[in-house]
Amino acid sequence: MKKPLGTIAHTRSGDKGDTCNIGVIALKPEYYATIVREVTPERVKAYFGELVKGRVEQFELPNLAAVNLLLHESLGGGGTVSLRVDAQGKTYGAGLLGMEIDVD
Amino acid sequence: MIRIANGQGFWGDWLEAPVRLVEDGPIDFLVLDYLAEVTMSILQKQKQENPNLGYARDFPPLIGRLAPRLRERGIKVIANAGGVNPTACARAVMEAAPGLRVAVVQGDDVFSRIDEFLAKGYEMRDMDTGEPLAGIRARILSANAYIGAFPLAAALDCGAQVVIAGRSTDTALTLAPMIHAFGWGAEDWNRLAAGTIAGHIIECGAQCSGGNCQVDWQTIPRMADIGYPIIEAESDGSFTVTKHERAGGRVNLDTVKEQLLYELGDPRNYITPDCVAHFTSIQLENSGPDRVRVTGIRGGPRPPTLKLSISYANGWKSIGTLVYSWPQALGKARAADQIVRRRLVELGLGFEEIYTEYFGVNACHGPAAPPNPDPPEVQLRIGVRGQDRKAVDRFTRELIPLVLNGPPGATGFGEGRPPVREIVAYWSALIPREEIATCHEVFG
Repeated sequence: MKKPLGTIAHTRSGDKGDTCNIGVIALKPEYYATIVREVTPERVKAYFGELVKGRVEQFELPNLAAVNLLLHESLGGGGTVSLRVDAQGKTYGAGLLGMEIDVD
Repeated sequence: MIRIANGQGFWGDWLEAPVRLVEDGPIDFLVLDYLAEVTMSILQKQKQENPNLGYARDFPPLIGRLAPRLRERGIKVIANAGGVNPTACARAVMEAAPGLRVAVVQGDDVFSRIDEFLAKGYEMRDMDTGEPLAGIRARILSANAYIGAFPLAAALDCGAQVVIAGRSTDTALTLAPMIHAFGWGAEDWNRLAAGTIAGHIIECGAQCSGGNCQVDWQTIPRMADIGYPIIEAESDGSFTVTKHERAGGRVNLDTVKEQLLYELGDPRNYITPDCVAHFTSIQLENSGPDRVRVTGIRGGPRPPTLKLSISYANGWKSIGTLVYSWPQALGKARAADQIVRRRLVELGLGFEEIYTEYFGVNACHGPAAPPNPDPPEVQLRIGVRGQDRKAVDRFTRELIPLVLNGPPGATGFGEGRPPVREIVAYWSALIPREEIATCHEVFG
């Protein structure tokens, strides 16, 4: 069944230079495996399209039922260089909540 | 057990937060984090204009305001308010709060040593791009090494009531009182990692106690009185995250997990000057109302290098806006963007980047934003950047004419031409640890 990620996860995002990180946290521990399987680097990069120029990495934190995503070259140069309103990627996490995923 | 509270997540955070932490319940240490990467360059400029400036100017009056309570309850303050001029900051604190024992930790500022480092053969390549520092040498505005918790703890050991540092890491401010109170050693990797992660949880103030939390955000109690976070630390490295009972906000697994993931890189290797912390070892449990217990943290040896935070001038930028209303608001904004770009080309102005966003349509999330074919209003936001200040300044004159000579219905130009800002960019590099010697000095 297809559902938005926001039905099984919450997120927080921030910046490190031109890299945005998004923490994706399962709302219940049993959703963790679905998040690891569905929120892949390829799909996250495709979802944000032209906003993400570099690669995307996924790191697993099973102890927190969470994954950490790094979106490289995704903030228009980052920090003070960027011309974007969200130069720190503060809203990228909220944006990801709309991504459609397959839920068991 | 010791209680460590964070009352400031950045310079500009809520001024009342530290006052409430001191007034509303017991704490032993008050930690205040003032420095972001860009802040150092702003402070460096202020110091160049006035040798008595270059620190977080909010800090001395705050200590003046808190001083009676700090004395009465024996609360100690640790802050990286010193910026690029910790000594001047200490003088201002002693004027604002006479009689307090104030310590200054120095050694992080390497602005005057860059040529010495280059001569020794350190290339200080940017950790993101791999470029050598020599290419931007003439444009460097500030250079500091991130220093760890041990120099701060040593200042507490000497009886300081207020410890002022420059570019210490954010997490070191919280770890230092644990090292001081529990006598942890320089190779107690697991406990140093635990104190580091405690610091990470509280370093952004209320962002772990209900602020910016997505889960049930509408029900978070009394956000106007939000409680800033408190760590109840034990000597074995375990700790509890909480807040004062009478304060608003919320501390639970959701709020703490969100902050643990904030600005995180590889969770297996969170590198600090004191240790490498493993976020994959953290165990959390709800241990009561607004209480989260944290155990099981493991860490590894500190790296042989320290990270340098270098800022440099990298051109100019300006961002201007106009608002278009329904009907066809988006179409009008897009047409206006094309007109501006055409006029910039005809003027022969070159920029490194011209970037356009449509506020109310796709500014935050680009192609991921849900479609909205005819929004009631749209803000056109065009930014340019480049090395030629005159070209950027000329751009700032190209938006307002559109109110009369472009698509119909433009408004929102009341602020006039947008300002031109200098771009202060950030460069991070590594330097062998033995090049950086820290020391502290106690006054009063």
